[in-house]
Amino acid sequence: MDPMRRSPSPCSSRPSSPRTPPCKMLGYVGIEAVLDQLKIKAMKMGFEFNIMVVGQSGLGKSTMVYTLFKSKMWKSTIPGLGMPTPQTLKLQSVTHVIEEKGVKLKLTVTDTPGFGDQINNDKCWDPILGYINEQYERYLQEEILITRQRHIPDTRVHCCVYFVPPTGHCLRPLDIEFLQRLCRTVNVVLVIARADSLTIEEREAFRRRIQHNLRTHCIDVYPQKCFDEDINDRILNSKIRDRIPFAVVGADQEHLVNGRCVLGRKTKWGIIEVENLAHCEFPLLRDLLIRSHLQDLKDITHNVHYENYRVCRLNESHLLPRGPGWVNLTQAPAGPPATPRPSKVRHQVQDDSKDDEEY
Amino acid sequence: MAATDIARQVGEGCRTVPLAGHVGFDSLPDQLVNKSVSQGFCFNILCVGETGLGKSTLMDTLFNTKFEGEPATHTQPGVQLRSNTYDLQESNVGLKLTIVSTVGFGDQINKEDSYKPIVEFIDAQFEAYLQEELKIRRVLHTYHDSRIHACLYFIAPTGHSLKSLDLVTMKKLDSKVNIIPIIAKSDAISKSELTKFKIKITSELVSNGVQIYQFPTDDESVAEINGTMNAHLPFAVIGSTEELKIGNKMMKARQYPWGTVQVENEAHCDFVKLREMLIRVNMEDLREQTHSRHYELYRRCKLEEMGFKDTDPDSKPFSLQETYEAKRNEFLGELQKKEEEMRQMFVQRVKEKEAELKEAEKELHEKFDRLKKLHQDEKKKLEDKKKSLDDEVNAFKQRKTAAELLQSQGSQAGGSQTLKRDKEKKKQEALSWLTWYFKWKCPVLS
Repeated sequence: MDPMRRSPSPCSSRPSSPRTPPCKMLGYVGIEAVLDQLKIKAMKMGFEFNIMVVGQSGLGKSTMVYTLFKSKMWKSTIPGLGMPTPQTLKLQSVTHVIEEKGVKLKLTVTDTPGFGDQINNDKCWDPILGYINEQYERYLQEEILITRQRHIPDTRVHCCVYFVPPTGHCLRPLDIEFLQRLCRTVNVVLVIARADSLTIEEREAFRRRIQHNLRTHCIDVYPQKCFDEDINDRILNSKIRDRIPFAVVGADQEHLVNGRCVLGRKTKWGIIEVENLAHCEFPLLRDLLIRSHLQDLKDITHNVHYENYRVCRLNESHLLPRGPGWVNLTQAPAGPPATPRPSKVRHQVQDDSKDDEEY
Repeated sequence: MAATDIARQVGEGCRTVPLAGHVGFDSLPDQLVNKSVSQGFCFNILCVGETGLGKSTLMDTLFNTKFEGEPATHTQPGVQLRSNTYDLQESNVGLKLTIVSTVGFGDQINKEDSYKPIVEFIDAQFEAYLQEELKIRRVLHTYHDSRIHACLYFIAPTGHSLKSLDLVTMKKLDSKVNIIPIIAKSDAISKSELTKFKIKITSELVSNGVQIYQFPTDDESVAEINGTMNAHLPFAVIGSTEELKIGNKMMKARQYPWGTVQVENEAHCDFVKLREMLIRVNMEDLREQTHSRHYELYRRCKLEEMGFKDTDPDSKPFSLQETYEAKRNEFLGELQKKEEEMRQMFVQRVKEKEAELKEAEKELHEKFDRLKKLHQDEKKKLEDKKKSLDDEVNAFKQRKTAAELLQSQGSQAGGSQTLKRDKEKKKQEALSWLTWYFKWKCPVLS
């Protein structure tokens, strides 16, 4: 078993308490009203979601964000001719609140302009990993306070969407290196960007090759197989896993097709409808990210990735007696030291694999 | 509380952006609910009250089921808590219900320490949760939460006022748990007495500074109902698991010669109100108050007691990790010490064994030497004997040759002797040899 594999089953439906006798109720009590209570409470609190988009420039990341959330996050994304390409990777984060049918969502989108754009892309993942760990660190610091807030603001990255350029061949070394590191720290959703340059057959072949690459290098993208709780989850997630990476097309302009106004890209040979499953797999991505698995993404981030980070941080404390990373919140620990070492992950896996066997 | 949360988040420099189309995250509350359903819920109730006030019966009536348990006697030496956990299932919602009941409360002659086991029990649950939260490798999402979410305090229906035991206990518990006072066996009080009783109780609670649980009124959907219910506290309840036919329906009721008291009749008692408030409207709020208010208070006190601060004297933020580090070093040090001890013991044992073995070896050597010496002695003796025997044989041979020589000389001098003469000669020779032999052997005789 791969030592990089993470602990399974973050939100097990079977609690760890001793077996208790089931009781037969003779009439209606009203326990299910607690679901409504939960819903009311959740609506009042609002939701938070933090997403990061990673990919080379020109792959349509900002357009994809617009297509997903139907709101313009940034003002303009096309770099002017006079603007120099950024020398180092600088992450930009924007936060907006969007509301739909009474549900408020505080959405934070982090962009990574300049990723993979330099000639020498060695260690270009460091700033990104550093940023992710910094968010975990911030949450940890809040959680560890004596008088802590009722609701700790959650800036942890719940999902990272990685854009693969549509070469049609296979994953590039940069992609593989980056994904290997990133999958251990955050949920990664893989998409093939600008898929309108590939035909359907080319897409399938590309997808199979990418899946093969992922298996060879033991890269576990979301939805991870080890976190499937029960048989329904497994069936649903297997279907999704079969279609990963999604071949998506983003668009921010509307066109008239058959009398309907749809989002799409207009070309000389036709209009590519974004929401049409026959044209591209954007609906699948949107459903995965927003309509069905958003809560799951947050739960896995909180129960697995954050806990792993916390274990590492608290275990490594004897190595850094009073280093700057402790005291000062602004100095985030650099990426590599905070990524879990294989030995620790293996140990954790051994502990949890025993639980797994019980189930 | 939470109504201001989203405003606070919005106010932190982010603007609300209008949506250009349907995104679909309005299913978020449903996703959350589905996840919670698959995890299951847990709810823990603590029933505090004197023996015989109907605590178990009320629990049975509330949850429409028969929980096992035997009624307690009045002869308990001290207050104990009895805890039972049950799995209830209603449609697709699974609830892990834990009911903790006091046994022997109010039965002793000296009741000064009656509240202590209860407070200790509640603190123990908080402590267990805190320990789990402070662990380095923790599993909070599958942890069975045993913290008490609601405490139903059963007041005896005297009709006058609260007993001092009740006041003292409630005062000790109000900062640790959500207290909901209820008047038990309220079919013993008439309606007019009941209103006076309730007023007296609430005024006593207020004057003694006891903070009972107030149903939340900040959310519009439940504010109204909660507000009215707050005015009805404490609830006067009756519990009954017997079903009687009233009219043409089977209802839970208690039958008296003078009439029948229906449990679910709002005119008869406040049971329905209690069920509404406890389960159908505020279960989630009770759990949240326990976690965010009572548990946080306990945690804060405990951590401060342990010596943690949010800022060091040098105003550097928290020293929690340093204590982790210190504890870890301590632990490692202990391990090392133990290892040293074990190693020393091992070395000592080895030495002892070695000495023993050396002793044994020495003994063996000695034995071997002795035996060798013995053997040599024996050999020498035998050789001596052999030598003497050889000497004898040689002497005999010499005499034999001498005798033969004599015989041959005698035969030369005789000439042609006959056989007889030879024989005689031989006889004479033998005789003379024998005589010589004897003479030689025993010189004394000659």
